[in-house]
Amino acid sequence: MPQIKLSTPLSDEVVENLRIGQKVLLNGLLYTGRDAAHKKMIELLDQGKPLPIDVKGQVIYYVGPSPAKPGQIIGSAGPTTSGRMDSYAPRLIALGLKGMIGKGKRSPEVIKAMKQHKAVYFAAVGGAAALISRSIKKCRVIAYPELGPEAIHELYVENFPVIVANDTLGGDLYEEGMKIYAVK
Amino acid sequence: MEVWVIKTVTTGEIVETVARLCMEANYYLGDDVIRAFENSLKEELSLTGKDILKQLLMNAKIAAEDQVPMCQDTGFAVVFLELGQEVRIAGGNLYDAINEGVRKGYTGGFLRKSIVDHPLNRVNTGDNTPAVIHTRVVPGDKLKITLAPKGGGSENMSALRMLKPAEGLEGVKKFVIDTVRAAGPNPCPPMVVGVGIGGTFEKCALLAKEALLRELGKPSPLPDIAAIEKELLEKINALGIGPQGLGGRTTALAVHIEIYPCHIASLPVAVNINCHAARHKEAVL
Ligand code: SF4
Repeated sequence: MPQIKLSTPLSDEVVENLRIGQKVLLNGLLYTGRDAAHKKMIELLDQGKPLPIDVKGQVIYYVGPSPAKPGQIIGSAGPTTSGRMDSYAPRLIALGLKGMIGKGKRSPEVIKAMKQHKAVYFAAVGGAAALISRSIKKCRVIAYPELGPEAIHELYVENFPVIVANDTLGGDLYEEGMKIYAVK
Repeated sequence: MEVWVIKTVTTGEIVETVARLCMEANYYLGDDVIRAFENSLKEELSLTGKDILKQLLMNAKIAAEDQVPMCQDTGFAVVFLELGQEVRIAGGNLYDAINEGVRKGYTGGFLRKSIVDHPLNRVNTGDNTPAVIHTRVVPGDKLKITLAPKGGGSENMSALRMLKPAEGLEGVKKFVIDTVRAAGPNPCPPMVVGVGIGGTFEKCALLAKEALLRELGKPSPLPDIAAIEKELLEKINALGIGPQGLGGRTTALAVHIEIYPCHIASLPVAVNINCHAARHKEAVL
């Protein structure tokens, strides 16, 4: 299958051209974040305060890696279940977040926000954690160090393999894919 | 006159063995799972599905080469002990030794610590203890230790139901398929489906977990049960969920069923779902 190489940050135009099922190799900077970091960011927004990272054009990777061995940049770093971030994601998408990487389905609210504000959801292969960590070339903590592995990290990635699971047209590969391959 | 030969196993040996098994289980995916990926790759119709299976094969290779965990969720340390009744444990408490081994394996092996001390207060114990330990006393003078790290994503999609005996085989099959359908992409398909039928409430759940320890693709020795395993695998793969839930024919790599006698009024069924990171390693002392 052809692969599309993309570099972050992502523009509206690039994102709008993506379609479910496409294989993408991501390059550039990504931010990590899971439940705890999302909760903190939404609390800041509720208080009218700025976020520790500017999410405009950016991609957030839902991940909680295993500890790095001496000499490793990061431990095994596969995606975690995205559904736990569903209640927070629409706020960040409205602020210009262009992509999210995780595993599993998104809620109708997140899908609607992606359509409205032009953002996509990429599926990374759950459990392919050792493979994925090889595409991570740099890693540093940039916010909430007190959260340990759940802190927001900035990752520099090369050819990070993902699949477009939700696009800006409202397409959902989890639904469509299953329909195609179900035996009637 | 009967001569009693008592074999002594020290807690020191147990600690070392458990620590090693924690690492090996997380670094080295079993050959049976790798063979199952390769077979599925030949059969899978979805190109995305094929790509995912290739990534999983590559992932297993990298994890083994670099001695790093194949998945960042290195799981709850589930330990099965088969304790020979002629074995004497010297040097301390058996379960303390198991937990010490888990502590050592998860810390020294750079495995993620995923256990919280209290289900409601939820503070991480920091060393992945305690383990969940199941012990069976068996004849003989050996201690067999099986370590099966279990990820949260797949464990969360497991289910148990007390069916009415009148619901019979059809009820069992429906419950298994409904559970897999509801799990969808969450347990990182392709999954392994462990099924327990019979026993009591808790026995049934344990049967389903034990079913996950069987070598993949090895049918039940009971012909009628083996036929149900085959039928369920076909029906599950016909759901279309596919690798990672993105569509395809490889939803499950295997269905393993274990059974046990049950009460005249009961028909318990448990479905324990495992992900493709179907990890277990064993040692005999
Ligand atoms: S379900 Fe299994 S493969 Fe997926 S993230 Fe959890 S442990 Fe890893």
